[in-house]
Amino acid sequence: MIPGPLEPPIFAHSIAGHQGVDLPAAGVPRVEPAVLLPGVALRSAPPLLPRVAESQVVRHYTRLSHLNHCVDTGFYPLGSCTMKYNPKLDDEVAALPGFAEMHPYQPEADTQGILQLMHELEKGLLAVTGMHRASLQPAAGAQGELTGILMIKAYHRDHSGSERDQVIVPDSAHGTNLASATMAGYHVVELPSSPRGLVDLEALRAHLSERTAAIMLTNPNTLGLFEEDILEISRLVHDAGALCYYDGANLNAIMGKARPGDMGMDVVHVNLHKTFSTPHGGGGPGAGPVAVTDRLEPYLPAPLVTRDPDGTYRLDRDRPSSIGRVKAFHGNVGVLVRAYSYLLRMGSGGLTQASEDAVLNANYLRTRLHGLFPVPYDGPCMHEFVLSASEHGAGAARDIGKRILDFGMHAPTVYFPLIVHEALMIEPTETEDIATLDRFVEVMTRIDTEFRSDPDVVRTAPHTTPVRRPDEAHAAREPVLRWSPEARPRESR
Amino acid sequence: MPYTVHSDQDRRRLLDSIGASSAVDLFAQIPRILLDAAVLGLPPGLSEQETRDRTDALAAADRVPGPASFLGAGLYRHFVPAAVRSLAARSEFATAYTPYQPEVSQGTLEHIFEFQTCMCELTGMDLSNASLYDGASALAEGAFMALRSTHRDAVAVSAGVHPEAREVLRTYASGPQIAIHSLALHDATGRTGGLDGCPADVGAVLVQQPNYLGVIEDLAPLADAAHAIGALLVVSVNPSSLGLLETPGALGADIAVGDAQVFGCSPSFGGPTVGFLACRTAYMRQIPGRLVSQTVDEDGRLCYTLTLQAREQHIRREKATSNICSNQALSALAATIHLALLGPAGLAQRADICLQRAHHLQARLCALPGVQPFVTGPFFNEFSLLLPCSAAGFRTAMRDRGVDPGVPLEHLFADTHPGLGPGRAGLAGRPPGAGRCLLTAVTELNPPEALDAYVAAASEVLAAGPEVAP
Repeated sequence: MIPGPLEPPIFAHSIAGHQGVDLPAAGVPRVEPAVLLPGVALRSAPPLLPRVAESQVVRHYTRLSHLNHCVDTGFYPLGSCTMKYNPKLDDEVAALPGFAEMHPYQPEADTQGILQLMHELEKGLLAVTGMHRASLQPAAGAQGELTGILMIKAYHRDHSGSERDQVIVPDSAHGTNLASATMAGYHVVELPSSPRGLVDLEALRAHLSERTAAIMLTNPNTLGLFEEDILEISRLVHDAGALCYYDGANLNAIMGKARPGDMGMDVVHVNLHKTFSTPHGGGGPGAGPVAVTDRLEPYLPAPLVTRDPDGTYRLDRDRPSSIGRVKAFHGNVGVLVRAYSYLLRMGSGGLTQASEDAVLNANYLRTRLHGLFPVPYDGPCMHEFVLSASEHGAGAARDIGKRILDFGMHAPTVYFPLIVHEALMIEPTETEDIATLDRFVEVMTRIDTEFRSDPDVVRTAPHTTPVRRPDEAHAAREPVLRWSPEARPRESR
Repeated sequence: MPYTVHSDQDRRRLLDSIGASSAVDLFAQIPRILLDAAVLGLPPGLSEQETRDRTDALAAADRVPGPASFLGAGLYRHFVPAAVRSLAARSEFATAYTPYQPEVSQGTLEHIFEFQTCMCELTGMDLSNASLYDGASALAEGAFMALRSTHRDAVAVSAGVHPEAREVLRTYASGPQIAIHSLALHDATGRTGGLDGCPADVGAVLVQQPNYLGVIEDLAPLADAAHAIGALLVVSVNPSSLGLLETPGALGADIAVGDAQVFGCSPSFGGPTVGFLACRTAYMRQIPGRLVSQTVDEDGRLCYTLTLQAREQHIRREKATSNICSNQALSALAATIHLALLGPAGLAQRADICLQRAHHLQARLCALPGVQPFVTGPFFNEFSLLLPCSAAGFRTAMRDRGVDPGVPLEHLFADTHPGLGPGRAGLAGRPPGAGRCLLTAVTELNPPEALDAYVAAASEVLAAGPEVAP
């Protein structure tokens, strides 16, 4: 008999006749649906939803919550994800009825508060990025990328660049960059990094051509290194008639220190769930506003929020060159509200301090750890750095990540970026104190020792987590993607 | 400084450890010209109390919809039980990220597994992903997925699909230059007429259930017609209606998408909501986004993990089925909890309340002089009225009487624009008479007294004549 999950799925708690809510009476004379809807196919069998009392629903999800590691329980150095503290204030603000209960089709006279908030958030994002205008519509970073690349495509179409069919992406890039360029109908050209882990200017010159539509850059890049030649890069790209896309995933390193607009970037997306501290939600929702220079402004998704001379806010829909919407309504507004509240709290000084401390913490960890695990592209880093565990054998990055879990911490990002073997990508963020950083160093030191004294304890980790390593091959071979009374795997594996 | 933790002494200690003399050293890689230019120019940070005062003032400048608000048009106001908000707000769910480390993410993985199950059960499909951004982008992803499965590059979209969703589809399609053909609605019924005139090389037929005029489509013949030309039927369904209506799966759809906002999500000016995509097993490897599978751990205990990740961007990069990374997991959790509280009986009961109240109100309004249905097809919780005056003027006069009677059809088109790319013609077209058409949605949040208030105010407004309602 296979032991059941630690907390059985909600469906397994179902008891005939139980229900978690009661509803008001319709309060109007009832007519049979078949009479109201002649000829319409009505549901023949009810869905197999659980029948559970409210108290049991509460217990189930509370127990499930206890099986998660999260920022509020411990260190979460997941590189490139900026798992910083998420202020409670922001959740409270987003829940205000004046924001949370608003319907997108209310007349603008009803929605002046939320429109003003969106307008001021846009201005704040423009200040941080050094850009001209922004759309708050994209729901996440990847949707921001698609939006930005489609704007670049529209720009080239209007400037006799329709034959440009390539997007250049460094080999250290996030997978979303390549996938977004492909979704926008471009061919991806991968650019090999220099021996120092930066954009190789010679390689860039060789790859740029009249077929190049854009380059997509993350700066600092996924190795945590600032592209020192960024001004030369953007000049070369522009000289070739192409545009520069800036992936803002790592913006947390440079607020008040460098602005993508000043770097010569034409389009920037900002991950509000990273840099602006909104909760990651176990995978989302995030928000990925896209900011552009003045020459790309006409292509932004419509509508934009504008302020009229009399001080009223309205939705500007009259944007004939817009690429069109990427999302219904106005974006993940509940996330935008949280980011706005964060921005108010921080101001210029707070944002700059956040970036300084994020970089300080990363460099502290790097200098404490690079004696144990090589940093292939070593030297001062920005907000994150990448260790290699290749000296500890194949699979070491995975195993170290798993062993870290035993100490109440989350693993770093593993096996990314792809250009580092056995990569461990570590981003501590600015909201961790010295004691936490030191504890992480202790854990990494201990694991390094264990590789020599008791490698099995690392190779078979984790040992203290709610479950041990899941059989992922089994899941991929015979996926069970939904609950059913019989959905239990066979005993033999 | 808010939210940072170090004291100045802490910073000194860290700098000493690194061997840096000041924070300036940490940014030495950044060219001087960039450092000098990076002046943010934002106001100084506020205390928590001041921030709260500012945001309270903004929220107070908004007018919150009440029981007499009948707005819908793709985003519906429903009652969210307290337990949903309380549980979905838990830190353990909210401040975690994508469950890359399953050993410490079973809470998230299991609730996604439950969400996938709920979406399958609602739609009559075999499998569902872990969520997409919203219903509109889910429709575009569903179209792309159908084209990958059929190896074709054109879609047919019903004019009954919400104008904003059609616009999102067009934006997404402008990249790979996918051709979009429009399927007209039958003038009288408001139902999708069929595939007449549609090229036989489309790989996907896209319809919405109920459509944006509120009309319940007859899905089975559309499925047959799509399959007859080798295309897949993609249905964007309001899952709230599936407590009453037959599932898209049972009626022959191949892919069901939509927005589960109707469960557990406050309107929040349009987002975050929660897109979903469910399909038949045959298309499993073409599905975009995360998937959670049950499996066993090393001790043989049942548990959950992300699976079939070779479809996804972080593994497959430019060959991924989609670029999606972050999704709407927390909103999906809220939807799952709400569905767990409703259960099958609550879901059916809620759908019945919406149906009964909507039909009751529609009948009373259509008894007023000069008011008639805009189209005659069957409807669930939303209906379109043809008024004897401009819908926008009617709305203004009604709002003066404390009732927001619905969304003028013109408003939906004002928020969209002709857009770019192939297939732009015909997609943004308003139906004839749209200026006098109003879309009215009714849910359990509109009590019988609000229906009475609607009818009373409407009689008054219409009796006053066109000078009140121009």
